[in-house]
Amino acid sequence: MTLEPGVAERLEAKHKGGIVLAARTIEYSAHADPMEICFERGWSDGLPVTPPTDERVLRMLKGSSRKPTEVIGNIPPYLAPCTIEKVAINAVMAGCKPEYMPVLLAVLEAALDPLFTLHGVLATTYFSSPVIIVNGPVTQAIGMNAGVNALGQGNRANLTIGRALNLIVRNVGGGKPGEADRATLGAPSKITLCFAEDETDPDWEPLSVARGIPRGRSAVTLFQGHGVEAFVDQKTRDPAGLSRSFATHLVRMGHVRLTQSARAIVVLSPEHYRIYREAGWGRREIERALYEATIRPGREILAGLDGIGEGVAAGRADEMIPKFHDDGIVVVRAGGQAGLFSAVLPGWLAGRNKAELQLVTREVRDMRGIGE
Amino acid sequence: MNWMRDPTSEMSPVKRARLTPPPSLAGKTIGLFDIGKTRTDEFFNQVELRLRERGLNTVRVGKPTNAKVATTENLQKIAAAVDVVMIGLSD
Repeated sequence: MTLEPGVAERLEAKHKGGIVLAARTIEYSAHADPMEICFERGWSDGLPVTPPTDERVLRMLKGSSRKPTEVIGNIPPYLAPCTIEKVAINAVMAGCKPEYMPVLLAVLEAALDPLFTLHGVLATTYFSSPVIIVNGPVTQAIGMNAGVNALGQGNRANLTIGRALNLIVRNVGGGKPGEADRATLGAPSKITLCFAEDETDPDWEPLSVARGIPRGRSAVTLFQGHGVEAFVDQKTRDPAGLSRSFATHLVRMGHVRLTQSARAIVVLSPEHYRIYREAGWGRREIERALYEATIRPGREILAGLDGIGEGVAAGRADEMIPKFHDDGIVVVRAGGQAGLFSAVLPGWLAGRNKAELQLVTREVRDMRGIGE
Repeated sequence: MNWMRDPTSEMSPVKRARLTPPPSLAGKTIGLFDIGKTRTDEFFNQVELRLRERGLNTVRVGKPTNAKVATTENLQKIAAAVDVVMIGLSD
């Protein structure tokens, strides 16, 4: 048999050999534009999708060793069962390559963990959606971006893995804006926000390792948030001062007087990280310092001060009140070498207590799609 | 005929659902869309007479010739001005 790319899948699709697809077919005239049909049927997030032909779906399924008929879980909001085949169909539409499938499946497993509260993240009036951070060797294997413009456009793996998750929620789960999705304003990150952590410094503890995955293994971590807020400090050169500087931004999340209902990710740029690293600070020291720097006297954030209704009750004036849960600030390293800028990805304000919603991490196990 | 695979949970019909017509035309503005064929105006004159006898609001809209599709600009203008459209054919 020829080894020309795509020929095997074309023959497989044409002669119905190998995998038999179970999803129903949507027929269209030879004169119709399949991309327009995808829009008309409501299958798009507003951007063009790649039409899921048999050939493309069969190729996508080869990125995983899991059976196409296996149900990975029920997708909110309408809790529709989702097979690996439906994942592959939506991955095609999002623009994924087959080698992204192992990461996408780990992402979906994490999203379906009840701790992630995917239904609430979709249905909320707030700005949040799944934010995906990928760690480990898989990020290099599939060419993810943790460097210049890591949170921006231009990297296929970053953009399409996040988009595939949101398309699955839309198409399989039925979660559409104005229906189950009640976002007041939403955010561009509801289309996709997925990036890799910069693990080039061996002294840095990657997010996945901090969350219990052995070093050298690949994992995804999902956070309920949105992005991106800019943080600029081009003057401070000591770690304690820089932490207090970050805090001036972090305390404003949502509203400067909102407290104790928050998590946030700080995406630490290389130049800001260098200030911490040269002082011997690692993840634990930075996260702790940021948490402590965002604890404020109650009297400064009382409701009614300056005629502003938001704030804490008058009876808390003498308390020291944290802005975040004690594990609520998570640092992830990414970004280009130049620029004393970092980013804050604000979390969903729904977590009234720590256990209510949490970050979820899953190891990327099925590595077939990336050649293992 | 070509086909692609359904990315949804397949709980909706395979045919694309049509928009649900309004339960009543009372208070709605009905656009009578002349596609540009000869004598369409005569046909719509009669339709309009009947609709107005029932107290309904009508507006005459359309395109200059049936040989060309309606322009996007024209369709957007009509969509902003009417609630429902009746498309008229004649010869």
